[in-house]
Amino acid sequence: MSIRPLHSLLVAGVALLALAACGSAPPPTAGADPTVRLLTEPQYRQIIADVFGSQIVVGGTFDPMVRTNGLLAVGASQAHVTPAGLEQFDRMARAIAAQVVAADNRDVLVPCRPARAESADEACARAFFGQAGRLLYRHPLSAEELRVPVAVAGEAADRLGSFYDGLAAGLAGMLVSPSFLFVIESTEPDPAAPGKVRLDAFSKAQRLSFFLWGSTPDDALLAAAEKGELHERDGLEAQVERMVASPRLESGMRMFFNDMLAFEDLARLEKDSLIYPAFSAAVAADAREQTLRTIVDQVITHRGDYRDLFTTRKTFISGPLGRIYRVPVARPDAGFMPYEFPEDDPRAGLITQVSFAALYSHPGRSSPTLRGRAIRELLLCQKVPDPPGNVDFSLFNDPNAPQRTARDRLTAHATQAACSGCHKLTDPIGLGMENLDGAGQLRTDESGAPIDAAGNLDGIDFKDVAGLGRAMRENPAAPACVVDRLYAYGTARAPLKSEKALLEYFTGEFADSGYRVPELLREIATSDALFAVKAPAVQSAAVVQPAPGDPS
Amino acid sequence: MTVLLKRPATRRSVLRGMLGGASVGVALPFLDVFLNESGTALADTGAPIPVRFGTWYWGLGHTPGHAIAPKTKTGPGITFLEECKSLKPYEQHLNYFGGFNMPLDGRSNYTHFTGWVASRTGSAPSSNSDIPAPTLDLLVADQIAGNTRFRTIDCTSVGIPRENYSARSTNNRAAAEASAERLYARVFGGEFADPNKGEFTPDPKVMVRKSVLSAVREDSKALEKKLGAADRARLDEYFTSIRQLENQLDLQLKKPEPNAACTLPERPRKEGDEQHIKAGLEVDTVVENHRIMAKLMAMAVACNQTRIFNMVFSDNFSHLRRPGQTYTHHLLTHEETWDKELGYQPVAFWFNCRQMDAFATFIETFKSIPEGAGTLLDNVLIFAATETNYARVHSIDGVPVFTAGHAGGRIKTGLHVVGNGDPITRVGLTAMQIMGLSLDTWGTRSLQTSKTISEIVA
Repeated sequence: MSIRPLHSLLVAGVALLALAACGSAPPPTAGADPTVRLLTEPQYRQIIADVFGSQIVVGGTFDPMVRTNGLLAVGASQAHVTPAGLEQFDRMARAIAAQVVAADNRDVLVPCRPARAESADEACARAFFGQAGRLLYRHPLSAEELRVPVAVAGEAADRLGSFYDGLAAGLAGMLVSPSFLFVIESTEPDPAAPGKVRLDAFSKAQRLSFFLWGSTPDDALLAAAEKGELHERDGLEAQVERMVASPRLESGMRMFFNDMLAFEDLARLEKDSLIYPAFSAAVAADAREQTLRTIVDQVITHRGDYRDLFTTRKTFISGPLGRIYRVPVARPDAGFMPYEFPEDDPRAGLITQVSFAALYSHPGRSSPTLRGRAIRELLLCQKVPDPPGNVDFSLFNDPNAPQRTARDRLTAHATQAACSGCHKLTDPIGLGMENLDGAGQLRTDESGAPIDAAGNLDGIDFKDVAGLGRAMRENPAAPACVVDRLYAYGTARAPLKSEKALLEYFTGEFADSGYRVPELLREIATSDALFAVKAPAVQSAAVVQPAPGDPS
Repeated sequence: MTVLLKRPATRRSVLRGMLGGASVGVALPFLDVFLNESGTALADTGAPIPVRFGTWYWGLGHTPGHAIAPKTKTGPGITFLEECKSLKPYEQHLNYFGGFNMPLDGRSNYTHFTGWVASRTGSAPSSNSDIPAPTLDLLVADQIAGNTRFRTIDCTSVGIPRENYSARSTNNRAAAEASAERLYARVFGGEFADPNKGEFTPDPKVMVRKSVLSAVREDSKALEKKLGAADRARLDEYFTSIRQLENQLDLQLKKPEPNAACTLPERPRKEGDEQHIKAGLEVDTVVENHRIMAKLMAMAVACNQTRIFNMVFSDNFSHLRRPGQTYTHHLLTHEETWDKELGYQPVAFWFNCRQMDAFATFIETFKSIPEGAGTLLDNVLIFAATETNYARVHSIDGVPVFTAGHAGGRIKTGLHVVGNGDPITRVGLTAMQIMGLSLDTWGTRSLQTSKTISEIVA
């Protein structure tokens, strides 16, 4: 297997970026079909918290999605609802609805009181569903869309003898409706380009809100859509400005980076308690939180340089994390506190944090290969080929052999031509993290042998993990990667091959801004590219057949 | 709280209405007298005891030469070697399929993935996430899942919901039940109607739920017109799921038929209880969770809650581990020293043995539930497969497969079937045919087959 000359490609890429950045407007794109995306688990949870409050508990299991172009949020555009998945959505919907109308919440969340609590009240139900439905369906309800939950609530209230139980039934119906579960985009003729289509205003509002906030549009954004302001540059820019300045941007970006780093697996990360007694579920949860706080603090709160995420010593620490980082925490029960690793500490940057180091390891040992692959694929957007299917690993990896360190063992892979190509992409990077064990704790040796963490990333030498972070900071693939991922996140699809120049343009603008993420978000969110769509091919209803086994 | 939906209001208390609903008193204890003479059908309705289909999955295959002794010709008698010795008592309930191949027509062997996808879908994947066709359990479900609460029940004992090897396509895959407590709550919780309980009271809340879903389905039809073909197919799948849920509610509104095989299982220990088993990948934990979940799953089948069941004992990369050991089962298969005297990797072999022990437990669980004149095992067909033959080198040709159960007498058992290099899809095709599917051919490209394994068809 030949090795891709990554560094030379990257150097060429930088030159292209510089040229692309000279332009003043993004290169045009024809866009793709409008998307129909199933809400991801974080989006679902965020919407419920935004609309009804964070006191509403969301339980249940979501069907797994397929990570596409590095993001579950892109895989959502192809995701189906299975029978078991719908059963879960139904269960969640009923539990949420019951909490919304419970005595503790109804006075805040229901905009009126029924004439009699024991029976239906159409006017009050109409007022509730009109408001809630607008936020849940992400557009003002049509007369028919409003009639249905009102009728359901009325019938249920009469049957159950309770206005609020009826209201809960109607709300549960909304929460299992495809109008809620799927983010469905619609097009309309584009008056500025005869024969072509554009996203309608509410679809634009959805793209903006899921891109920046990971949630449903708020009232002001929907109002702007209703007035047609999102089709006008001034109106669009005003909304984007407001959204980027909103505190909701923080939760939106947490959601994005959680997806980009594939941190969903941290929730069930398991380590061997005999080998790593300091690691626990609480540590895993706090490790995720630490990294997301570090990111938000750096790129949103302080509007810092994105690349500094790979070198920053500033972070946050909690009691459980203090034990695994072996640093004193003055008030272990006080939640997260700002913390800065000293200059002589090897820890600097995201990849040296417990979250990343532990997640990309085995339960009882580190894994330079998993770590190297994660850095290449998640942070630099480079594809590492899958391992070949016919290699006898035991030829070169024998725990009883004198190879005591991971470097010794992996060096043996170089003897196998089928392995060496890919391992040269991952191992020189991953071995740079060997001073962090499988739980992310610092160490200087493995099995009594000193660890050599020196390596090279795309032409830049380093001698330890902090140096690896500096090499990543200087790697042009790192900012280009976050541009790629953010654009994919906003459009809910993989960038098209024809959009190469567009991504290079955004990357150039990102560089010009000093790699400020809010500037990049603003640039993408106000671009025509974010909303560019082709006319969808619509089939006639007559040719659609029921799915096999349809029980009806 | 900061919410988008709110109104300023004062608090007040509201009397909540009491649920209505009539109680229907029906006292019909179920006795064997309700069976016909042969014990294969219900005497009162004449309906045969249904034949159900399930799968059992284990990761990382076998230790060649130490699991099942090879044969040169198909015939009765399976020679269980050390790794599979716990299956010996079940020989007459099993078939073993060896020597079947998995031709990929030049496609890559995506390690620990291609094997299970090809044997379950009949097609080789084109990437490490591609599921090119529905898995066979769902094809059988389309045929027989009919009148049960759950179209399928999918479980995994490794505690990770995405470890489910039942899928309709790449992006159409349900989460598995990964906790015994949740499985119990879903199947035997408040919505379970005990068929042998005299009293049956239709729950008015269920009626309300059904009308809610009907309204949602009707209201959502207009959406179809807005969508392109691919997205309409996804919406159709959504409607199918809605109808399945409506069907489930319909069943909850009817008094279930008395059923002697059905007894309410013991509730698993909850978190915080003494002896509660947490989810995890330590092998003892997985074995115990599997034992508990197998009991719940088998009883869900006996109680006619589902006719399709899928159990994943270990994931396809088998992350099973022993406390204090740095190597997981998967790592061991690649990195443990091959013991020249024993002829295998001893610790990896130990894990393989535990997996076959678990398969024996699964079979015994079905065998221990009386049904009709025999046991539940008589009326199920279990397709048990893995993704590799020899994990050490990721080989997929010769991947081992078992069937367990008698499928209501439709399958011969106690046979060692020799594949002679035929595609592995012959096993799946034959299993589906035994389950009543009118299927002449299954699979694609070189995995396509129309050759039934007639030796096992009764």
